[in-house]
Amino acid sequence: MSMTRRRLLFLTPAAAAFLDRLGGEETQPPSKYLLADHYWAMSIDIGKCIGCGNCVRACARENGVPQGYFRTWVERYEVAGYPSERPEVDSPNGGFDGFTEKSRPGAKSFFVPKLCNQCAHSPCVQVCPVGATFETPDGLVLVDKTYCLGCRYCVQACPYGCRYIDPAKQTVDKCTLCYHRISRGETTACSETCPTGARTLADLKNPKDPIHEFLRTNSVQVLKPHMATGSKVYYKDLDGSVR
Amino acid sequence: MQPIVNGVQGFMYPNEVELQWSILIVLYPFITGLVAGAFILASLERVFRVEAVKPTYRLALLTALAFLLVAPLPLQLHLGHPERSYEMYITPHLTSAMAMFGFVYLWYLMVVLVMEIWLDYRQDIVRLAASTPGPLHWLYKAMTLGSTNVSPRALRIDDRAGYIITVIGIPSAFLLHGYVGFIFGSVKANPWWSTPLMPIVFLFSAMVSGIALVMLIYMAAMKLRRRPIDMPCLDTIARYLFYTFVIDFSLEMLDLIHRMYEADESFQSLDFMVHTRLWTSQVLIQIIAGTAVPLALLALAQVVRLSEPRRRLLYAVAGTLTMIGIFAMRWNVVIGGQLFSKSFLGYTSYKLAFATREGLLPSIGLLILPLVILWVLVKLLPPWTAADARTLGGPHGGVS
Amino acid sequence: MKDAAHLLRLAGLFAVGIVLFLLIRRELVPAGFGEYGFFRPAAMDAVRARPMIYAGRTTCEMCHEGELKLLQSGKHAHVGCEACHGPQAKHADDSSSIKPVLPTPHLLCPVCHEVNSAKPKGFPQVVAKEHSGGAECTTCHNPHRPLPVGLGAEGIK
Repeated sequence: MSMTRRRLLFLTPAAAAFLDRLGGEETQPPSKYLLADHYWAMSIDIGKCIGCGNCVRACARENGVPQGYFRTWVERYEVAGYPSERPEVDSPNGGFDGFTEKSRPGAKSFFVPKLCNQCAHSPCVQVCPVGATFETPDGLVLVDKTYCLGCRYCVQACPYGCRYIDPAKQTVDKCTLCYHRISRGETTACSETCPTGARTLADLKNPKDPIHEFLRTNSVQVLKPHMATGSKVYYKDLDGSVR
Repeated sequence: MQPIVNGVQGFMYPNEVELQWSILIVLYPFITGLVAGAFILASLERVFRVEAVKPTYRLALLTALAFLLVAPLPLQLHLGHPERSYEMYITPHLTSAMAMFGFVYLWYLMVVLVMEIWLDYRQDIVRLAASTPGPLHWLYKAMTLGSTNVSPRALRIDDRAGYIITVIGIPSAFLLHGYVGFIFGSVKANPWWSTPLMPIVFLFSAMVSGIALVMLIYMAAMKLRRRPIDMPCLDTIARYLFYTFVIDFSLEMLDLIHRMYEADESFQSLDFMVHTRLWTSQVLIQIIAGTAVPLALLALAQVVRLSEPRRRLLYAVAGTLTMIGIFAMRWNVVIGGQLFSKSFLGYTSYKLAFATREGLLPSIGLLILPLVILWVLVKLLPPWTAADARTLGGPHGGVS
Repeated sequence: MKDAAHLLRLAGLFAVGIVLFLLIRRELVPAGFGEYGFFRPAAMDAVRARPMIYAGRTTCEMCHEGELKLLQSGKHAHVGCEACHGPQAKHADDSSSIKPVLPTPHLLCPVCHEVNSAKPKGFPQVVAKEHSGGAECTTCHNPHRPLPVGLGAEGIK
């Protein structure tokens, strides 16, 4: 009895595995991109963000992000003096359509763009049961859509809320830092369309990258530093009220 | 208080509004908890020699098996790609608590439950293989693995092996259910879940629910068979339920008091959530109806001499409330952990559908299915022992 | 050990099962898994192989030198082309047959320049309807060189 059940346990999923492999979608990657030459990050200057939403729209178009889900989004903070533990925050449709005026005289207000922090010690990678989300040698956290089970453990483990389930594919999805663009020498879609240069792609392994000067001369923070995720999105002038 | 728009109050990260883990993920720890608890009750007699609960030994094992067979189903229904779940066997990511599911499950099913049941029942299986006509004859024959040796020495070897397996089975049962607690307890991103107490709380509430389940099934089965209930057995089970419940309650209170005392950055947000969205399920159902009342009833039975019918009624009520309370506990952990924003600035709501893949209907089905399987198992491998104790060589064998 | 024969049979069954499992596992593990880390390396390539929808400013500059010169001299020097013109990789690949649709100024410009108290204080913001008096933005402002005013739409090539 135990043997029959054991056989069935393997035969059915083995068939599924072979069928999976038949429907492959990989094409040849562009050559001349060496993993060892890069370690990607991003810098964000809070003082420059105008909440136009260009980045949210560009990312959605570039990456085919389904409506209602966000690989990147913009939050608006309103901090009315002390105590700043409870700021008023909104992100209407993730900032996709920009922000209408919300007049609150005397409040300190600003925009905070957010995206996957491409953590160096990623908790989402740690909890994936099968290795469907992973850290690449060049510093990105990616999702293997043909391998992901859709168990959603990684979505729970991400402290920043940057993951979602693609309703069509029923797998997890998130910002790839436009890997398909940056490996071809271009910048991310969000940085490309940011009119004020608030968002800038950074390559920590490139000694000439402005990120080094940026980190050296500015007041820089990452989101939720106490979580020790090794976040590689560096915010200039991030207010203490930002969650 | 902020207005509620589309079920969202305050601010949530845009991707957080939709809940990721549904009622199916509430069901899974509930079911594996029942398995672990039922097994611990069985091991009470086998390893700790609590003779009084012997009448429920086989029933507890069959109950554990029935529920264990159903345990992977809520997970399969929940997965975006259930056909890929074999990947957990071929590339298990060792840093993920969830990755051990496949192996722990298989280990527990094969090595612990199936082996222990087989060893305990082997004498009966051999006899049933010889005496049962029709297609069932071949099933029993297969189950004998071709061996008809039921000599006293063989049965003594079975008994010894079964004892060893039960001893191994106890930490295995702890692992089977404890890792689920660790899955939640190790998520640093979620302050409602993240605590080292989580696996322990899960375990003790599992034992409580499992013991209550076997108690209820025993009472129901005896009633259906129109047989007298072994009251010393029932009283002993109720006593162990009471002890375990006291420990479980203390652990949950410790977690609560610790949270309130430390009052870290998440506390205000969680406190508000418990007072509003989780009030009914946590305070009314889990704490009052599901813990305080059954504890009081069970305590009453310990200190006051009640007549048999009164005790049976009390145990039935206490047992049922306990099961509801432990289910509510799983609900409050899983669903509660997703109702608040990780920004601590807002809340969302859980929309439980009825006839969808992750709705109420399949969940009810998944709770009924193990009872159906148990009925089949009881028919195949009757657990009822003869009124007088030992037959030759087999302390747990015999069919009435 | 005749009396333990059934146990040996069971152990044999388990052994066969484990061997079968190991054999099947070897077949099913994806190619190259573990080479760069605990994942399928082809997945990295799959992400990299995605086609681009935005061309990138350096691509636009290859043909549109006039606009580039105008941009570099004004306030919009660091604004990417596609920030206003939308994704144009298709146009860049086949510029003769695929022509981009020009944005409507009074719908586009306020996206950045409408007054909002959350915008940085030094950033140029107006209440567009009052500021323009109903006229199209390009009546006074050349989008490639918005200041000084007066260049107007004629300044766009």
